[in-house]
Amino acid sequence: MENLIEIDNLSFSRSGRLIYDNISLRIQKGKTTAIMGPSGIGKTTMLRLMGGQLKPDSGDIKFKGESIPNMRRKRLFEVRRQMSMLFQSGALFTDMSVFDNIAFPLREHTNLTEDLINTVVQLKLQAVGLRGAAHLMPSELSGGMARRAALARAIALDPELIMYDEPFAGQDPISMGVLVKLIKALNDALKLTSVVVTHDVTEVLTIADYIYILAEKKIIGSGTPAEIKNSDSPLVQQFLQGLADGPVPFHYPAGDIRQAFLGSSL
Amino acid sequence: MNWLASIGALTIAKMGSFGRATLMLLGAIIAKPQFIKNTPLTIMQIYVVGVQSLLIIVVSGLFIGMVMALQGYTILVSYGAEGSLGPMVALSLLRELGPVVTALLFAGRAGSALTAEIGLMKTTEQLSSLEMMAVDPLRRIIAPRFWAGMISMPMLTLIFSAVGILGGHVVGVDWLGVDSGSYWSIMQATVDWDKDVMNGVIKSAVFGFVIVWIATYKGYDSIPTSEGISKATTQTVVYSSLAVLGLDFVLTALMFGIE
Repeated sequence: MENLIEIDNLSFSRSGRLIYDNISLRIQKGKTTAIMGPSGIGKTTMLRLMGGQLKPDSGDIKFKGESIPNMRRKRLFEVRRQMSMLFQSGALFTDMSVFDNIAFPLREHTNLTEDLINTVVQLKLQAVGLRGAAHLMPSELSGGMARRAALARAIALDPELIMYDEPFAGQDPISMGVLVKLIKALNDALKLTSVVVTHDVTEVLTIADYIYILAEKKIIGSGTPAEIKNSDSPLVQQFLQGLADGPVPFHYPAGDIRQAFLGSSL
Repeated sequence: MNWLASIGALTIAKMGSFGRATLMLLGAIIAKPQFIKNTPLTIMQIYVVGVQSLLIIVVSGLFIGMVMALQGYTILVSYGAEGSLGPMVALSLLRELGPVVTALLFAGRAGSALTAEIGLMKTTEQLSSLEMMAVDPLRRIIAPRFWAGMISMPMLTLIFSAVGILGGHVVGVDWLGVDSGSYWSIMQATVDWDKDVMNGVIKSAVFGFVIVWIATYKGYDSIPTSEGISKATTQTVVYSSLAVLGLDFVLTALMFGIE
């Protein structure tokens, strides 16, 4: 199977804190790959590294065999036209209507006439079920609608790769169901390669073809959803079952509580 | 030796910040011009930073001109020189008060708004999403705001000075009885186009450059939290005001100090 993205021996640190320690992973073309892990582990950072917004300390990230960290800015911008990202907040432009938000990448990167742009935008909005909301401003949308509008914008230029940053976070069950259906349908219909960063276990197990679980600066488990479910790693099982305590401790590292309360008289 | 290390660390941090600000500015303004795409964006920003600042500029200009005439008259009349009220008001406004007060008001009204807007765009990931859409935020967001500020500031300064001169006329001529003919004719004879009007315009262009540079950089470099944006907005107003006052002295010395 051909890989769209290959990450080799990647290490990354920010403000002196090590986020990734020598990790390698593969994103297969045409598949949905999920990157899971506890909050604060740097899952979004992984997407930013793939998109070339951050540079690794060491190691390489290849998109179609081309090294992203070593690309010149102009080439990076060319490559980014083939990828797209759905941000957690949606990141819609607040001074533009939903229609103009989706038309934005088309107006920036194509020479299509306004008639054609109108047709494409209507089609994209129809795909996410928001054709009737084209005239609304982002502030008038609910959280789920904003994310769907952002999704329509993300697929406006028909990218090869789409990166989802916590697409299900803070969604009600109906919105979550809609997003799961959309991600799956778009992946199948448009033959996209998807990378989903999330910690919503149930949803991911239904849409992912392959899963990586990140914790403690490393990949602690990877495989198909079935392999992950049957993993014998206690860390993976703690994450899947949502146990409060385990290899990832409940308590943030601290001294002995008796020492803290009773001081040196202990 | 800790204090020495602190001074060193602060210097390195400030120089780093200055370097990043310069890179941001160069990235925004040194590029192949895209007139068709950028002109409407710049016009839109001229409306936001320039036209929407008009009210505060006009009202301030009017009152400052009126106060200048009132103060000037009480001094000049004791020498029987109240006929020179016109040039006194005009020269003070064109050379100093126009550019400086407009710049201070512009920093408070438009500079702070620019910083907050760009900072919030960063917080809500709009700048990141532009980058991921292969649109350079420096050219799409920073450049139009920069040029709009550069164009608006001299215009606002001229409007401020013109309204101030009219305010001086209202108080000096209409209220205190200075002869209208001498108010205008002595002003016309005294004010020099290059030395007074154009030097004021040059000053305001320099102030505009500094204010929008500081404002856009502080927004672009802000920490994407509510506290970070609040701090960046405050810094924009403080740094811009200090820079304007400091530069005013330097420019005045260069323009008028060496005869």
